[in-house]
Amino acid sequence: MNNRVVITGLGIVSPNGIHLKQFKEAIKNGISGIRHDEQLEALKFSCQISGKPELTDEIIHASFTELELKSLESTAILYGVIAALEAWKDAGLSIENNENPDWESGTIFGTGTSGIEKVRSSIYKLDDLQVRRLGSTAVAQTMASGVSAYIGGKLGLGNQTTTNSSACITGTESILMAYDRIKSGQANRMLAGSTTDSGPYIWGGFDAMKVCTFRHNHEPEKGSRPMSASASGFVPSSGAGALVLESLKSALKRGAKIYAEVLGGNVNSGGQRGLGTMTAPNPLAVQRCITDAIKNAGISSKDIDIINGHLTATTKDAFEIENWANALGRSGSDFPLINSLKGMIGHPLSAAGSMECVASVLQLADDFIFPNINCEDLHSEITTIIDPHCIPTQLINKELTILAKANFGFGDVNACVIFKKFKN
Amino acid sequence: MSIINDLKEIIKPYTENKIALENISEDTDLLKDLNINSANLVDIVLDVEEKFGITIDDASMNKMLTVKATIAVIEEKLAQNAG
Repeated sequence: MNNRVVITGLGIVSPNGIHLKQFKEAIKNGISGIRHDEQLEALKFSCQISGKPELTDEIIHASFTELELKSLESTAILYGVIAALEAWKDAGLSIENNENPDWESGTIFGTGTSGIEKVRSSIYKLDDLQVRRLGSTAVAQTMASGVSAYIGGKLGLGNQTTTNSSACITGTESILMAYDRIKSGQANRMLAGSTTDSGPYIWGGFDAMKVCTFRHNHEPEKGSRPMSASASGFVPSSGAGALVLESLKSALKRGAKIYAEVLGGNVNSGGQRGLGTMTAPNPLAVQRCITDAIKNAGISSKDIDIINGHLTATTKDAFEIENWANALGRSGSDFPLINSLKGMIGHPLSAAGSMECVASVLQLADDFIFPNINCEDLHSEITTIIDPHCIPTQLINKELTILAKANFGFGDVNACVIFKKFKN
Repeated sequence: MSIINDLKEIIKPYTENKIALENISEDTDLLKDLNINSANLVDIVLDVEEKFGITIDDASMNKMLTVKATIAVIEEKLAQNAG
């Protein structure tokens, strides 16, 4: 079995836009979702700015029952379910309440942690000898697979329903796992995506590592600066992205709108050998991931029109550009266009890959390139490798054919996926 | 009658069977008549404890499957508090 796989639905919960329409407008216009964070300031974080989706009660109630909301303390589940249900509806699919589940549809929906606020409140109760007061949902909200379990139940999914977890590559990996499952004929349709918990209890560890910026507390929207000479660390953020992947056959049969085709990709690890460590990527593995993705997709590096990078706004950005240039054998003005969503939304950790893939697929489907923001002062180590024109700072309306998207994460793990514009 | 009214309010978010909830009586079975998910019984017990200012032990909790039995447990615990 070797099914072609296409994307037929998208969903997004982002600091700069909830749902597709608002998000698309925001990224086209370079709108930042980064704001001052009073809670981080009160808790004496070095970094006191963050990206949090601004959800209304109306949006939340459209995806959850009163009972579910009564004790919900998992932002990962909140964001993930809202994005997933949007993607499902966007794909033109309905929620059936049949006796049997939909055996041909499943989900691989990743997260780094689930319900860290619920963990916190549960631990306080437990240590206060009140274990019996944890209630019935402490497990469902704090198990890593909580988000896929909630989604599976809401949609009645009967195929594989699981959660993957691999730091910053989680979302991109979920798409490749879903792609494999459809390609090999084990499912017709998979809801791929990822989410993350929000707030100080998930971001604290990064603040302690001094990888978040502390120089822009007075100017939140300028804080996330991928590829900039004045980049000084990432801005912690949160949200979720969701994509419905489907066999081309199934999509055509039901006349679904097709956003793009997934040509293939690769996931690997640098094994924390050579220059690779828990927190630093092994460049050989990064380059190999990209070249293997290209090979797997059956394209040549020359075919790539645009890259959506990982590009977090740390000192590692120049290193990433160098890896892309080496892997593609393209540099200077021959380098593809490249952009980073993180300038607008910060770094949503395990949700990054899926949210950035939603932005990537929108660009292919709607013929535009969103602008990079906060990189008016490009880092000189970057401009010695590639031409500044490869890093657009204004919206470009242009038809694109092939987009390469990669993420690199803690644990020395890498993922690269290749998307192609779909033409009937 | 006031206990059953308080109980009705407590149970409200846990059941989608609004008609059965409207017609709640001492004979109502929480699982069979109100279609409450058995996992939520522990949440209802916690809400009852909070509402009435009582503590319900495991043995009493196991009895709370009908409205009648639940009211009996609540009355018993309230009486213990009063004593």
